Amino acid sequence: MTFLKGGVHPGDSKELTRHLPIETPPLPETVDILLLQHFGAPCKPLVDKKAKVNEGDLIGEVSAGLGANIHASVTGTVKSIDISSHPVSVSCPSVIIQTDKEAEPKKYERSEWKNLPAEELRKRVKHAGIVGLGGAGFPTHIKLSPPPEAKVDTLVINGVECEPYLTTDHRLMIEHPDEIIEGARIILAILGIKKCHIGIEANKMDAVEVMRKAAAEKGGSDVEIVVDALKVKYPQGSEKQLIESVTGRRVPGFALPFDVGVVVQNTATTKAIYDAVVFNKPLYEKVITVSGKGIRRPANLRVRIGTRLRDIVDYLGGTKPELAKIVFGGPMTGFSVSTLDIPVTKTTSGVLFLTEDEIDTRPHSHCIRCGWCVEACPMGLQPNEIGIYVEAGRAKDTAPFGLFECFECGCCAYVCPAKRPLVQFIRLAKMKARK
Amino acid sequence: MKKSEAFPGESRLWTVSISPHVKSAESVEKIMWTVVGCLIPPLLLSVFIFGFQVLIITAVSVGSCVLTEAVSQKCLRRPVTVRDGSAVITGLLLAYVIPPGVPYWMPVLGAVVAIFVTKHLMGGIGFNIFNPALIGRAFLVATYPVAMTSAWLQPIRDASIFTYMGQGVDAVSTATPLYVLKHYGVAALIEKYGALNSIYGNFFIGWRPGCIGETSVLLLLLGGFYLMHKGYITWHIPASVFASVAFFTWVFGGEGFFTGNPLLAVLSGGVPLGAIYMATDYTTSPNAKKGQMIFGAGVGALTVLIRLKGGYPEGVAYAILLMNALTPALDGWFRPTRFAPQKGAVK
Repeated sequence: MTFLKGGVHPGDSKELTRHLPIETPPLPETVDILLLQHFGAPCKPLVDKKAKVNEGDLIGEVSAGLGANIHASVTGTVKSIDISSHPVSVSCPSVIIQTDKEAEPKKYERSEWKNLPAEELRKRVKHAGIVGLGGAGFPTHIKLSPPPEAKVDTLVINGVECEPYLTTDHRLMIEHPDEIIEGARIILAILGIKKCHIGIEANKMDAVEVMRKAAAEKGGSDVEIVVDALKVKYPQGSEKQLIESVTGRRVPGFALPFDVGVVVQNTATTKAIYDAVVFNKPLYEKVITVSGKGIRRPANLRVRIGTRLRDIVDYLGGTKPELAKIVFGGPMTGFSVSTLDIPVTKTTSGVLFLTEDEIDTRPHSHCIRCGWCVEACPMGLQPNEIGIYVEAGRAKDTAPFGLFECFECGCCAYVCPAKRPLVQFIRLAKMKARK
Repeated sequence: MKKSEAFPGESRLWTVSISPHVKSAESVEKIMWTVVGCLIPPLLLSVFIFGFQVLIITAVSVGSCVLTEAVSQKCLRRPVTVRDGSAVITGLLLAYVIPPGVPYWMPVLGAVVAIFVTKHLMGGIGFNIFNPALIGRAFLVATYPVAMTSAWLQPIRDASIFTYMGQGVDAVSTATPLYVLKHYGVAALIEKYGALNSIYGNFFIGWRPGCIGETSVLLLLLGGFYLMHKGYITWHIPASVFASVAFFTWVFGGEGFFTGNPLLAVLSGGVPLGAIYMATDYTTSPNAKKGQMIFGAGVGALTVLIRLKGGYPEGVAYAILLMNALTPALDGWFRPTRFAPQKGAVK
C-alpha cells in the first residue's frame, strides 16, 4: 500500500534510536520559550520580567491572525523578554524563564469527556495551544473546524514518520498506544465522524502490532479505527501522499485535505489532544529524537519546550569531534543551525548531529538533464528546469514548472547525481516569483 | 558558519546549508565511468579480431577528447571537469564510429569538433544540443569522405570463422555488410558472408568487419542491460529504436512492401551502439517516457529512410542528430503529469 508517483528510498538510519524508550532529562536551568511556535503570527507575551509563573500557565496569546496559545513549560521566574535564535526564521521574540528546581511538579486529574459537546472539546484543544506536531505547526483547533461544505468523512492519523533517523512517533505508539487511540476517538467526536485510518510505515511493524491491538481493545464499537501498514518510501508521511495511500483520494494542487473529505493529524498531536481533553494539560513538553553519529549518546527525550540544545547536548555526554552538521528536524526537510543556543519548540521533532560521512558535501555541477528529479518528484513537477532557470536569472518564470505546488520534500535534490541544491533553487524562485 | 561551540577551543566548522542533508550515493562520475566500463568489452573483442591498432586509435581519440576538454575549459575560464568521465565516453564513442584504419590525426580533429565545438562552445555538459561524438563523426565524413568509408582493417586472426571476411569483393575497401547490402543486394551479402542464419549469429557475437562499435551486438546488449539494472538508462529509447528500425525495414526494406529483413537491419551497422549508448545520452534526449519513445521511433524511421533512400549505407548517426534537434520540443510537449489537477481546474 503506497502512493504511486515519485518518491525515493534514503536509508532509514533509525537503528540508532528505535529501541530506546523515551527518557525524561532533568529540568534545565533556564528555558527559552519562543513566541512563534506555530504557523501564523507570533504571540504577544502576557507576562513581564520578574513575574512568577507556574508550569502550564498561559504566557503568550495571539491577538490577530493564525496562532496558538503558548504556556510556561516550567515553574519559575521570568528572567527576560528577549529576541532569541529560531531554527527557521533566524530570530524571534521569546520569554526566558529561570527554572525553580525546588518546585513541585504539576499534577493533572483525569476528567470525563465523552458527554461533552464537540465545541467544548475543541475549546480545550484551543486552550492547550496545540499545533501540528509533525512539523508544520498549524493550529490544531482550526484544522478541527473544517468548513461544513467540505463533508469530511475520514480521519487519518499520521504514524508514518518517514524521515530517516526520527523515532519519536514510533516510540509514542509503542509506549502510549491506548492514549493515542483515545485521542483518535476524541478527534472523531470533535469532527462528528466515525472512520479513522492510522497509517504506519512498515519499518515499524512492532508499532503496527501494538496499535492494532489497542485499536481492537480500546477503539470502541461505535467507530471504525483501521491500522494500515504502508510500504516504506519517502515521503510517505507527507499529507497528500499519506491520504492517497490510505484512502486512494488525491488532494488537488493548491487544495487542502478537507477538499477530499479528510482530516490528517500527527500521532504526537493526537496524544497532545488526549492530554488536553482528558487531563486539561496544555502543550509544553515534546518528545524528540536526538540522533546521528555526531552525538555521544543518541536518545528519545521528553523535553520541556524551551530547553536549549546546549543543555540537551550536555545531558547526552557531548558531541563527537567528527560532528559536521546540526539539523533541526529530519535530514530531508530539516534546518541546519549554526549555534547550540537554539531552543526546542513545539514543531521540533528531532535534532540530528551528523558526521561528514552522513552528509554529502560534494560540490554541485551543471544539470546534465538526466531527469531523475522529475521521476522522483511526488507532485509531478520539474525541479531540473526550475534550477536551470534560477541559475540563468529567470526565477520569476518558473511557475509553469509547478513551483508553487512544491512542498520541499527534498526528493529531487536527494536523487540528483550532479548534487544540485534544487530545494534551495526552488525556495529562491518562490521568493523571487512572489515579488 | 560559526566556530564549534561543542568543544571550547576547537576551531572545527559546522556546515550550514539548505535541506536535504543526506543525498543519494550516485554521482555524475559514477554514471559516466560505469558507462565507460560497459563500453570496454566491445573494444577488447575488436582488439582480438583486428589487433592493437584499434587500441591505439581509441587511445588517441580518448586522449584528444580529454585534452581538448581541459584546454577548452581553461580557455573559457570554467572549472576543469575531465575527472567526471564524460569526455572519455565521447572519446570512446568517437573511436567506435570511425573506421579503425584512419590516420591518427583524424580522430584528433574529430575530438576537437566534438568536445570544443559541440560541447563546450554550447555551454558544456548539460547544455549541448547535439551528441558530441556524432557531430565529430559527421564532420569527419563530410571532410574526408574517402578515408571515412574505406579505411577498414583486415582481421589478424587466421581462424576459419574469419576467412569469410576476406572473400568476394575487395575485403579492405568495402568490408562493411551494410555497404554490400546497399550497393549489391542481399545475394551478394550472402555470397560474401555466408548464409543468413550464420550472418545473424556472427553479427550478434561480433565476428564481422566494420567500426569498433559495430562489431559485437551481444557485448553491447550486455552493457546495456547492466546500465538498465543500475537504473542509469531505461528500456524506452533502445527498445523504440530497435522496434522502429525493424518495423520500417520490414515495411519498406524489401523488394515489395512487408518483405524487408528486420533482424538483419537491427543487427547491422550502428543500430545497437546508437540505440543503447548514443540515443540514450541524457542531455540530448527527452526526459518524459512518451517523449523518449517518440524520439526512439524517429531515430529508427530516419535511419531506415537514410539507409534505403539516402546516399550513405548507414543512417543511425544522422538520425540521432536530427532527433537531438527535436528533443527540446519533445520535452516541451511531453511534461510529467502532475500529482492531481489543480483545484478549480476544468476537467
